[in-house]
Amino acid sequence: MARAAKPKAPASAPPATPNRERPPEPQRYQASKDELLEMYRQMLLIRRFEEKAGQLYGLGLIGGFCHLYIGQEAVAVGLQSALKGGHDSVITGYRDHGHMLAYGINPNVIMAELTGREAGISRGKGGSMHMFSVDHRFYGGHGIVGAQVSLGTGLAFKHKYADDGGLCMAYFGDGAANQGQVYESFNMAELWKLPIIFVIENNQYAMGTSINRASAEDQLYRRGESFRIPGIQVDGMDVLACRGAGETAAEWVRAGKGPIILEMKTYRYRGHSMSDPAKYRSREEVQAVREKSDPIDHAARELEKMGVGEAELKEIDKDIRRIVNESADFAETSPEPALDELYTDVLVETY
Amino acid sequence: MAIELKMPALSPTMEEGTLAKWLVKPGDTVKSGDILAEIETDKATMEFEAVDEGTVAEILVAEGTDGVKVGTVIATLTGEGEGEGESAPSASPPKSEKAEPAEQKTEPTPEPKKVETGARKLFEAATHDATVAEAEVPAGTEMVRTTVREALRDGMAEEMRKDERIFVMGEEVAEYQGAYKVTQGLLDEFGPKRVIDTPITEYGFAGVGTGAAMGGLRPIVEFMTFNFAMQAIDHIINSAAKTNYMSGGQMRCPIVFRGPNGAASRVAAQHSQNFAPWYASVPGLVVISPYDAADAKGLLKAAIRSEDPVVFLENELLYGRSFDVPKLDDFVLPIGKARIMKPGKDVTLVSYSIGVGVALEAAEQLAGEGIDAEVVDLRTLRPLDTETVLKSLAKTNRMVVVEEGWPICSISSEIAAVAMEQGFDDLDAPVLRVTNRDVPLPYAANLEKAALVDTARVVEAAKKVCYR
Repeated sequence: MARAAKPKAPASAPPATPNRERPPEPQRYQASKDELLEMYRQMLLIRRFEEKAGQLYGLGLIGGFCHLYIGQEAVAVGLQSALKGGHDSVITGYRDHGHMLAYGINPNVIMAELTGREAGISRGKGGSMHMFSVDHRFYGGHGIVGAQVSLGTGLAFKHKYADDGGLCMAYFGDGAANQGQVYESFNMAELWKLPIIFVIENNQYAMGTSINRASAEDQLYRRGESFRIPGIQVDGMDVLACRGAGETAAEWVRAGKGPIILEMKTYRYRGHSMSDPAKYRSREEVQAVREKSDPIDHAARELEKMGVGEAELKEIDKDIRRIVNESADFAETSPEPALDELYTDVLVETY
Repeated sequence: MAIELKMPALSPTMEEGTLAKWLVKPGDTVKSGDILAEIETDKATMEFEAVDEGTVAEILVAEGTDGVKVGTVIATLTGEGEGEGESAPSASPPKSEKAEPAEQKTEPTPEPKKVETGARKLFEAATHDATVAEAEVPAGTEMVRTTVREALRDGMAEEMRKDERIFVMGEEVAEYQGAYKVTQGLLDEFGPKRVIDTPITEYGFAGVGTGAAMGGLRPIVEFMTFNFAMQAIDHIINSAAKTNYMSGGQMRCPIVFRGPNGAASRVAAQHSQNFAPWYASVPGLVVISPYDAADAKGLLKAAIRSEDPVVFLENELLYGRSFDVPKLDDFVLPIGKARIMKPGKDVTLVSYSIGVGVALEAAEQLAGEGIDAEVVDLRTLRPLDTETVLKSLAKTNRMVVVEEGWPICSISSEIAAVAMEQGFDDLDAPVLRVTNRDVPLPYAANLEKAALVDTARVVEAAKKVCYR
């Protein structure tokens, strides 16, 4: 499974068309110890939160579809740390818990949404795939593969229309990258120079179909070429590489140069959803990635090099476990929505 | 021998137009394909080309003349060749400066044929006004005859002047001034930031509009016709309609999807479909489908102001029809209220959009047979004003639903169900549905006519429920 572990020379992607301006090759972010510790904390929070969600699913407390982000943590944490939280918009598909946690949304209300409780962020009416926080400028949480790309282009349209200096980061997977509306959105985004970062989280599998079985051009960062959108391939298992790419992309977009594509080479450890036995890949393949390129281990080793001791990391882990356990307790003990909630919020107004 | 040039029809429903400009003068020689004049209607401009070769003898209708009826002789040509004459030499010898007097025998060109079609009958029925004043309009208000097309444009422009967040986006809405000229003049007034031409990319721009609404703007997304909105229906249903509910009331989506819906004239199956029942079945949407110009304006303004996603279904055949629109600074109608278009006591005819014209025409004919029909225009299809429908049923005890659309799982079916569930004791006869035939709309004029709803079938059904 070296292809996820060692994306081929991410920094040396050849320019799509040499005579057109390209963003500079992103540099791996030079994080201070505190910055890296914070990223580590966030990645660990996502990891432990998702593990707990998996357990609660097993206990029947979470139902329906539940897509875990385990393995991909560096992408959301690294990229979103380069954004202006609460100002820049973020939108993603149904594998959304990690992006919310990385944007500072309270784990309790996310977990309570997973268990379908009134205290959930969508009052229990959205579930795993449909969560939003307008306050945080997190716009979902969309269950239709690829829809968030057009919607995100609309959010970018809003930033430009309002001239508020903000941008939109729209995440989608290697599967969604084959949807037609993605290219309709690419076209309009470049035509109108909209401030949007298209992030393709290439975790190698669209449900059970590997990228090579589904994509004529499997180097997804090139998918914007015919729209003149530059693309960069990034090691999505390295949080600092992700952060560096996020910085470069945000700079490009904020300069009014239009959209940019980041292809994040990453890997999900769990099945597509909880109900996926993942028979399409070997246990060894997953194990190899976990051992060689786990983003959290990677950051831990880096922190150790910076002089952070094992005891401090353990302390962080303990603290995270406490937060996650609290969120699980909150989610289990909160009441279900009152029955009259059935008819609320269908429409805003009364006619 | 002179050839008569007649005012051409630019569309199957065109009856008259403006002779905007002559590009030739008497004495000019013309050959096949030369542009002779520019003809305008309220929705289109066309260049009128020469078919025959010859010399322009006389211009009979001056440029700038409005209301020139289709078929009027607008000029004469002294001909060289007859018929198409494509192989004839292009440079015909110039005739004398003064054209020959027009008294000489002329060779009539064929009259543009007025084909009797179903759409034309719908179009002709759509001249009927309401017989009672709109309750929302203060007595004594001055009325201005306005086309539905202009009323829609005025509604958008008035709202856009008041709220910077409103913008219009769609195919050909800006520089072309609208495929059906509904957005005429908006680009000039509001500029390209707020009146935006999109590529032909319905799924994409419906998503962009929906995302912009989620972000806090107030988009008006025009579909050139709702037939093309099927490419985008995912965003209308899955993204726009459901978000408020799925987010526990956190994320709103105040957007208007608008454009012509239903059958146009002779455009066949893929371009002739009424989607009202589709959208009206979706919780989370507001669905409006007006008949006359006042409702088009008042309800479009309400739709733009609504915090909810609205599907606003217009009708191409109605665009050019004129109705009274109240001259008020801010004429807004309530969403979700049906309207009595004509009071009556014997039978209720319920309809919406272009069907209202058919129902009013049928009511007129029924009056001649001693049946006093009440006509209800639903106007909003979701939420449905069942109260007004049931009240009318309680009064007449008989009901026919008229719908330019398919019969199965239709608005008519819904009204029939409502009447049965909630008005059973008031029914003296079964509710009948008069709709289009249950087939894709055919092209052939006679078949199209047979497929579309028409007045005669409404009259027949009304008589049947009155046991006459």
